[in-house]
Amino acid sequence: MNVETLSRIQFAMTIMFHYLFPPLSIGLGVLMVFMEGTYLRTGDRQYHAMTKFWSRIFAANFAMGVATGIVMEFQFGTNWANYARYVGDVFGSALAAEGIFAFFLESGFLAVLVFGWDRVSPKMHFFATCMVSLGSIFSAIWIIVANSWMQTPAGHMIDPVQNRAVITDFWALVFNPSSMIRLFHTLMAAFILGSFFVMSITAFYVLRNRHLDFAKKSFTIALVFGTICSLVMMFSGDLQAREVGFHQPVKLAAFEGVFKTEPGPTGMYLFGWPNTTNETVAGLKVPYLLTFLMYRDFKTPISGLDRFQPEDRPPVKIPFLTYHLMIGLGGFFVAVTLLASFLLWRGTLFQTRWLMWVFVFAVLGAYAANQAGWVSAEVGRQPFVVYPKVVQRADGNFDMIGGMRTVDGLSNRKVVVADQVLASIVLFTLVYVLLFAVFVFVLNTKIQHGPDEPKQPAPEGGTGRGGGTGFLDAAATLVDRQGQTLASNENENRTEGSH
Amino acid sequence: MEITALQLFWYVLLGVLLAGYAILDGFDLGVGILHPLARDDRERRVMMNSIGPLWDGNEVWLVVFGGALFAAFPKAYAASFSGLYLAFMLLLFCLIFRGVSMEFRSKRPEKLWRRLWDAAFFVSSTLATFLFGVAVGNSMHGLPLAADGDFADSVRLVQMLHPFPVCVGLFAVTAFAMHGAIYLNLKTEGELHRRVRRWMWASFFCFLAMYMVVTAYAVFTIPRATASFRHYPWAWVIVALNILAIANIPRSLYLGRPLRAFLTSACVIAAFTFLFGLALFPNLIVSSISPDHDLSIPKAASTEKTLGIMAIIAAMGIPFVLAYTAVIYWVFRGKVVLHEDSY
Ligand code: HDD
Ligand code: HEM
Ligand code: HEM
Repeated sequence: MNVETLSRIQFAMTIMFHYLFPPLSIGLGVLMVFMEGTYLRTGDRQYHAMTKFWSRIFAANFAMGVATGIVMEFQFGTNWANYARYVGDVFGSALAAEGIFAFFLESGFLAVLVFGWDRVSPKMHFFATCMVSLGSIFSAIWIIVANSWMQTPAGHMIDPVQNRAVITDFWALVFNPSSMIRLFHTLMAAFILGSFFVMSITAFYVLRNRHLDFAKKSFTIALVFGTICSLVMMFSGDLQAREVGFHQPVKLAAFEGVFKTEPGPTGMYLFGWPNTTNETVAGLKVPYLLTFLMYRDFKTPISGLDRFQPEDRPPVKIPFLTYHLMIGLGGFFVAVTLLASFLLWRGTLFQTRWLMWVFVFAVLGAYAANQAGWVSAEVGRQPFVVYPKVVQRADGNFDMIGGMRTVDGLSNRKVVVADQVLASIVLFTLVYVLLFAVFVFVLNTKIQHGPDEPKQPAPEGGTGRGGGTGFLDAAATLVDRQGQTLASNENENRTEGSH
Repeated sequence: MEITALQLFWYVLLGVLLAGYAILDGFDLGVGILHPLARDDRERRVMMNSIGPLWDGNEVWLVVFGGALFAAFPKAYAASFSGLYLAFMLLLFCLIFRGVSMEFRSKRPEKLWRRLWDAAFFVSSTLATFLFGVAVGNSMHGLPLAADGDFADSVRLVQMLHPFPVCVGLFAVTAFAMHGAIYLNLKTEGELHRRVRRWMWASFFCFLAMYMVVTAYAVFTIPRATASFRHYPWAWVIVALNILAIANIPRSLYLGRPLRAFLTSACVIAAFTFLFGLALFPNLIVSSISPDHDLSIPKAASTEKTLGIMAIIAAMGIPFVLAYTAVIYWVFRGKVVLHEDSY
């Protein structure tokens, strides 16, 4: 295999692995803010135990996100050096902003969130939780801005001497045509994942009759959030698809398997299997639908792949299948969350065992939808890494002007050779398989261990120790920590090794 | 080409980020290097938990350094990362294993489990430190940068292991071990603390020995290391301060001022980073093939506009970063106490 294929495999593998973790951080972070906020408001110790349990899982997930994220950041330089030279001027500022605004915030306050329970006051702790959640959303913002710029470049021009993109308008770059739509969609996807993750574990507890109070309360919070986000997703997905239709029509054609432009309105496959040799799709097609969704009328045809030069067309099979998988799962999420909400209202939700089992496994669907969406977006962008300008000619055909092709983004061939890339792929595969196994194993340990049952009843006045604010309280808590040292040492001996 | 003020600003800021990384992650890498010296499980946990809440934030300095290098000097980022491909991959594996070994180690009681993660923690910390040193040594030495701005051919790992870079690598290991021991001195109590003090002295003398070796080696074989002093005689001040600082480490230890010793060893690391930056200046990468191929600051830089935007971003972000870094170090000050939330 050549360097291009290998580098693409390596990129796809490492980013897909990285992307297993951030969406859970983002989604779970927001839910933890709800939980801890509820604890502060009501003083119910159950919510305290709840936040603590989820924060442990959050920490393990976060560590994986960090370990795999560093790979991403270095990889632009190692495998895609020419790409890095081409986009550094525009792409770099987003990455730098991500580091300065997001990662410091996240990693700093994560320490307080995980290790600071008895070092700071409850309010300060809550503040830390909010900051961690905000930090993870910030990292999504900047990286999505960077990615969206590659999909729909704006606010830059090409410096012909050095052959690179240079920035002309920072805000146009940040608010490029797809960034906000895509950010909205990605955040919703992360929120859905977070809720389904919580629902999966707690549904399992309900089925096993363990930690019932904890499980039901967590499930309810996640269900409400998940239902809202799943519904919003329909709206967001529609925005997203139309944005693609306008800015990257050939990608939409690949998503929908429109090989040939039809004279009249275009239908849409609910599901199907594209055959790329004779350019047909076998599946169930609803007439008019695609035209209606795209243009809100019943006559405008959707441009097919045939209106683009063969060398500008993306592959069809992968985008088509992953795109339809994502949408199908989106429909499934709406259906199960609505059903569960209805049963919750009727008061029979937690007795409906089959539905609980569905929720135990539905989280896999949420992971799959997140991955599938990205794979379709990124493979549908091929063969370009920085998208060209798309211009429709009078005869209806399209020209693609400028941009950067993926092959041109590679590192210099004399420097990075195929066997180096191959070696690193092999190593990454080994390391990632190992890590993933360990991660699942540790996660399972934590899930089996379950939450700690709340120890004391809520003290009067609500928020537990030190209801006040700020550092004075933090200091006070610290002082009485000294008194507790002995007790916690004993505690430590007892629990040594149990988590 | 002239160096503009913004380009200089970013060159200096990159140096600051690198120094910040070396100081902060330096002590937690050092704790990793010393980790095998712990005697039992409790001691190992104390050592890991002394850096538990902090290592991730420390590592972000490296991430931001990488991001800033990408943004401010994309050509240097592209050439060095692709040219040193396998070395970077190895470094990545070290960083991966370091992070997860701390996270996972104490999650299971089995002896074998903990032994394996302990080993991963030690090996990855030591190897990462060594690789950083080798990278610095090679940049001082010069890298095979060709006329087209890329390396002339792919650099194999063994090709990087000239005697000088290897010495710098070992020097880095001793420096971080010392820095880590001085840090542990602040964080431990009782029997472990008594032994930490022994490690501290031992690592200090190893550091001193390697310091002399590396300095002599650089002065006699690397003209670049001393050339810049001719242009910037004031830099001798840094050298003098550095020597004073090195001398101040045993003094503070002897006088029983552990915090001062720690701050002094931080200053020593900062001074080394400064001297390294000065030796390269005005280049980011120097070519071992021909001085014409050196990647100078203006040649490698992004446009003024980008540098300006990033300067604004940095000016907005850095006060916050410093503020909450300080808060977090404050919250987690004092001796390590193991409790249920610990690693
Ligand atoms: C839980 C996950 C999830 C769910 C249920 C959906 N999506 Fe999605 N989708 C994503 C998760 C996602 C994603 C992984 O987050 C992507 C990848 C790139 C992006 O911005 O978001 C994405 C991308 C993405 C794209 C490609 C954007 C591009 O190529 O530039 C389109 C057109 C849609 N989505 C449309 C939809 C529609 C019509 C849905 C129907 C309900 C839908 N998505 C549900
Ligand atoms: C927002 C941050 C992201 C950026 C900046 C980014 C950038 C890139 C780049 C530079 C490439 C390599 C060039 C190419 O093959 O086109 C690529 C390819 C790819 N990315 Fe992304 N990506 C991002 C997010 C994701 C995510 C989250 C996923 C999946 C979970 C993903 C999936 C892929 C895949 C599958 C490829 C290979 C496509 C192919 O080569 O056919 N990307 N991306
Ligand atoms: C290809 C592009 C990407 C790069 C270069 C990248 C880089 C990184 C780096 C260096 C880290 C570690 C930060 C630390 O040390 O604390 C990280 C973690 C993280 N990344 Fe990525 N990342 C990419 C894609 C994405 C995408 C697509 C998202 C989300 C939409 C994302 C969201 C996060 C989050 C939330 C974290 C924090 C750790 C976690 O929550 O697991 N990243 N990333």
